[in-house]
Amino acid sequence: MTDGESDVADAGFDEWLAAAADGDATYLECANGHGSLPPRRVCPDCGSTDLAEADLPDTGDVRTFTVTHVPTPAFAEDAPYATAVVDFGPVSLTGQLVGIDLEDVETGLTVELEITVSETTGERVLSLRPV
Amino acid sequence: MSNVRVAGTGLTSFGNSPERTSRDLFAEASITAFEDSEVPREDVEAVLYGNFMGELSEHQGHQGPLMAEAAGVQAPATRYESACASSGTAVREAVTRIRNGENDVLLVGGAERMTNLGTAGATEALAIAADDLWEVRAGVTFPGAYALMARAYFEEFGGEREDLAHIAVKNHENALSNDKAQYQKAIDVSDVLEAPPVSEPLGLYDACPISDGASALVLTSESYADDHDLEAPVSITGTGQGGDRMALHDREHLARSPAAREAGEEAYADAGVDAGDVDLAEVHDCFTIAEVLALEALDLEPIGEGISAARDGRTTGDGETPINLSGGLKAKGHPVGATGASQIAEVTDLLAGEHPNSEYVDGATTGVAHNAGGTVASATVHVLEVSDR
Repeated sequence: MTDGESDVADAGFDEWLAAAADGDATYLECANGHGSLPPRRVCPDCGSTDLAEADLPDTGDVRTFTVTHVPTPAFAEDAPYATAVVDFGPVSLTGQLVGIDLEDVETGLTVELEITVSETTGERVLSLRPV
Repeated sequence: MSNVRVAGTGLTSFGNSPERTSRDLFAEASITAFEDSEVPREDVEAVLYGNFMGELSEHQGHQGPLMAEAAGVQAPATRYESACASSGTAVREAVTRIRNGENDVLLVGGAERMTNLGTAGATEALAIAADDLWEVRAGVTFPGAYALMARAYFEEFGGEREDLAHIAVKNHENALSNDKAQYQKAIDVSDVLEAPPVSEPLGLYDACPISDGASALVLTSESYADDHDLEAPVSITGTGQGGDRMALHDREHLARSPAAREAGEEAYADAGVDAGDVDLAEVHDCFTIAEVLALEALDLEPIGEGISAARDGRTTGDGETPINLSGGLKAKGHPVGATGASQIAEVTDLLAGEHPNSEYVDGATTGVAHNAGGTVASATVHVLEVSDR
């Protein structure tokens, strides 16, 4: 739940968001070259426990997207908003598209990661901005 | 290996009854199932119960023993939670137990109370079937996740909203004769296309409703059914379960359901049938696109062609393989924890000739029930066959 600033931290995830906000987003790479998102101790593809942080590529491409009109309460003030699945190569991410008119969103769009803030809760949101 | 007989089925009406507790709903469904089966409650050896959002909707965990009590059964009881596949997994566990000789009589089912949460609350509760850190916190809703898959399908295989609309129209048509269905109202393609958008390209009529309801099954071993002269012509002859990565973005394909394929292949092999033997199916159509993905995963349609099945009449009541003759989740309703077992009940009644829509499948011997959890990170498939025809 994301009820406010007093929530306890989610180890690994909150640190990732903070790093991403500073332009230092990472992913995890296992000894066999599989990419995955933190927090994680084991590679979901092969079970390797030898995971190292690597820099997330600067840009990714929109694989699919939707414009949501009926949100959860945590995004009541943000709707309508576009959510996209974006391929960054070693990993894919889901985030909200910002800096673009909703009717201009399309698959194949090249975007970069940006951490924005929810209009509803003030919480950090993983977002994506066209380059 | 011994088959598992469906001795009794019980369903409440699915729909809008925010004042009714899950225990009240499950009590009603179980009473019907016991009456239908003529099995005495004291013969039940365990209760296997599916529920997803009880903590959020009723502030109630530990629902297994509560529901055994509501059903008047004194036996060990366990709750199974696998999002929208909760009671499908409960059925699978029951089948396994009866087959391996552990039990002869089980009460299996599920219930969900949802409408008391309102639309926003239910949307939030359903969203927790997705990855909280990486999907929900980015604003992914349940309709939103299926919308991501719908657009990916259109991009990869073609198709458009109008094709999906025919699925909604078909399932509403099927529900007209089902007096337990939430929507007994015919709609047309323009109704679907003109409905308010929920998560584009999906609109209000592409989505199943928020529902309250319960389902119950009395399952027995073949030997128990024979020894007690039960009238139970339908058996569960195959069971399968598949799994996939939790978050949609972690999957290779956004427009396919590998978990459902895995579950289907396992269930078909277990029953010794293939897709060509299937006379009818109840598939998990929480959104119109979900029916397309299910048909393709179950090999009832080739990959990329499921989108046209309803429009071209292959899956309508008078088509070659009628799909969701109950009305499906789309029109019958989707009280999440109740759905998987309710699909088994519908297939059983259709095969036994006891369903309002049995006329469409006269002489049918083989049916399939497909139950999916989340964006199909979980899936169960069961094959049901008429034993004595």
